[in-house]
Amino acid sequence: MDIGFITKYVPLYIEAAKLTLRLGVIGILLSLAVGLVCSLALYYRVPVLRRLVSAYIELSRNTPLLVQLFFLYFGLPKVGIRISSEACAIIGLAFLGGSYMAETFRSGLEAIEKSQMESALSVGLTHAQVMRYVIFPQALAISVPGLCANMIFLIKETSVFSVVALPDLMYVAKDLIGLYYKTDEALLMLVIAYLILLLPISILAAVLERRLRYAGFGN
Amino acid sequence: MQDLGIRVLFMGNNFIRLLGGLWITLKISLLAVALSVVLGTLLGVVMTIKHPVIKAITKFYLEFIRIMPQLVLLFLVYFGLTKSFGINLSGQVSAVIVFTLWGTAEMGDLVRGALISIPAHQYESGAALGLTKGQIFLYIVIPQTLRRLIPLAINLTTRMIKTTSLIVMIGVVEVLKVAQQIIEANRYTVPDAALWIYGTIFFLYFLACWPISLLASWLEKRWKN
Amino acid sequence: MSEETILLEVRHLRKDYGNGAVLKDVSLKLEKGEVLVLIGPSGCGKSTFLRCINGLEPIQSGEILLDGLSITDGTAKWSEVRQKIGMVFQSYELFPHMTVLDNILLGPMKVQKRNRKEAEADACQLLERVGLLDKKDVYPRQLSGGQKQRVAIVRALIMKPEIMLFDEVTAALDPEMVREVLDVMMELAAGGSTMMIVTHEMQFARAAADRVIFLDGGEIVETGTPDAFFDKPKTDRAQRFLNTFTFEKK
Repeated sequence: MDIGFITKYVPLYIEAAKLTLRLGVIGILLSLAVGLVCSLALYYRVPVLRRLVSAYIELSRNTPLLVQLFFLYFGLPKVGIRISSEACAIIGLAFLGGSYMAETFRSGLEAIEKSQMESALSVGLTHAQVMRYVIFPQALAISVPGLCANMIFLIKETSVFSVVALPDLMYVAKDLIGLYYKTDEALLMLVIAYLILLLPISILAAVLERRLRYAGFGN
Repeated sequence: MQDLGIRVLFMGNNFIRLLGGLWITLKISLLAVALSVVLGTLLGVVMTIKHPVIKAITKFYLEFIRIMPQLVLLFLVYFGLTKSFGINLSGQVSAVIVFTLWGTAEMGDLVRGALISIPAHQYESGAALGLTKGQIFLYIVIPQTLRRLIPLAINLTTRMIKTTSLIVMIGVVEVLKVAQQIIEANRYTVPDAALWIYGTIFFLYFLACWPISLLASWLEKRWKN
Repeated sequence: MSEETILLEVRHLRKDYGNGAVLKDVSLKLEKGEVLVLIGPSGCGKSTFLRCINGLEPIQSGEILLDGLSITDGTAKWSEVRQKIGMVFQSYELFPHMTVLDNILLGPMKVQKRNRKEAEADACQLLERVGLLDKKDVYPRQLSGGQKQRVAIVRALIMKPEIMLFDEVTAALDPEMVREVLDVMMELAAGGSTMMIVTHEMQFARAAADRVIFLDGGEIVETGTPDAFFDKPKTDRAQRFLNTFTFEKK
């Protein structure tokens, strides 16, 4: 194992990891927003919107991110829509992630029994107040494990970003293997980089899930 | 104007080639799922053995496969194994190996869970009816395990089909690579081919995966008892 | 019954569900300070009736008047009406993510915009009356069924409603806990609260009610004072219903 090689190229990996993290976080935040709006459309059964949302969810869950990115980055420019690499990555991630978040939020909302809404209304709260003080807090707590799992999934999905010409971790590894044939070193750093990115969130997700189960949500 | 672009699909045997590329993807997924069911069941049984070393190894294996992005695993097998063991694995073989390892891990975990949980509450009612341990296993545990395995296997198939798209990154000539070839070949004759071809591939994947997900949810609902 | 003391009036209420009528033509008047007990076989519509009064179920025809004003003609806002009508449910429905005190204070603070200190003092006083002051900072999951139900009663009472509705509030409780809840309700009744209670607890009904209403098949079959009703029911259906609660010794 060529330690010198490793120390020389660690900074490259760090830069790539930062890029992955940055784009990943933005993509995740966007997908949370998209997911929340979509879940409300489904929960309230808004007439036209709910069909559109259902179609969107089916489409995005049954197609790979890679293909979505190819379409955004190579296909759209042909009709004059030119999107930057970073924007493609973020849009792709948000498009894919939004549907997963929507499903998680929706099942969180639907897990709260109707009777909670009724007893809250009986105290005199308006519908909006019931959502804000009674339903949302509980739904959110229930959704957290699912949301964390989605976030981990999305960070893993960022590994395809090199296809839109972004110098991410996979790109760096492939490059080093191709140029210097230091396969073991390059792959080791790659694995460690992803472990650093993903282990903390995984552990956090497991802790949160255990905490919430202890809190015993749902009488 | 738009018909100009889409006609590239109908030129020569372009569409057939695209389908051929997609078939490679499907082949790998289906093979991997089939192997995973078999190996996963074995793994599940192994995981119930209370030996500390076995537990440690299997746990490490499961966690590693779960946390690493599939593309990283593909790199490890395709580039890593080739270098370390001198064997020249093709992209396709690497993919089958990686996806089988992935599927086996998931199935194994499920089988282990089923083996552990089911006897606990079913053994008592089975024993109360006078069944032997073997009969309980055959008539109670296996059917219930299958009922959990099959929806997961179907769900896994969809996920694998989507993930196999990654093999283009290790140089396998599958649907996206074929698409690139077609687009390149028709660079001057059909300038906006990319839009139509990638759009079509998008829908081809949808057509491949969606019916399978529908099947899975239908089965799940049917077996809700 | 004088006009000024009639708090609630229901006129020819009709409620359909699916293809059948759950409530056919129900009319009644509730006086201030009166305790009305609704009894009847399962599915006769008594819970649905309470839920209609509270606006949780829409009605197909008929009218409900509170303090002389219609609450069903679309002019009244239910969030305001529900401040005057308190309801306690069979499944208590406390909010699991809030402490007992927060559960109770949600209404006064967010709906009635009361001062926190004053509302809290009120809440503590009520909790003491039901014997749960020491549980005010505890979460619902740590309480027994009977305790949860008593908290649910306090949660409704603190809004200072004119009428309290009780929907089979002891039906889901273990027998040992039923008494503590019924005691609270007896105390309220004795204190002059206006209550409409749906229950299966016949002895409690007899002791607490000013008037008993027997519902069957979505309509009022018989009404009367408790003693009159339980000792000498006027209709066959009522008699048959009461018989289901008594056993002949072998």
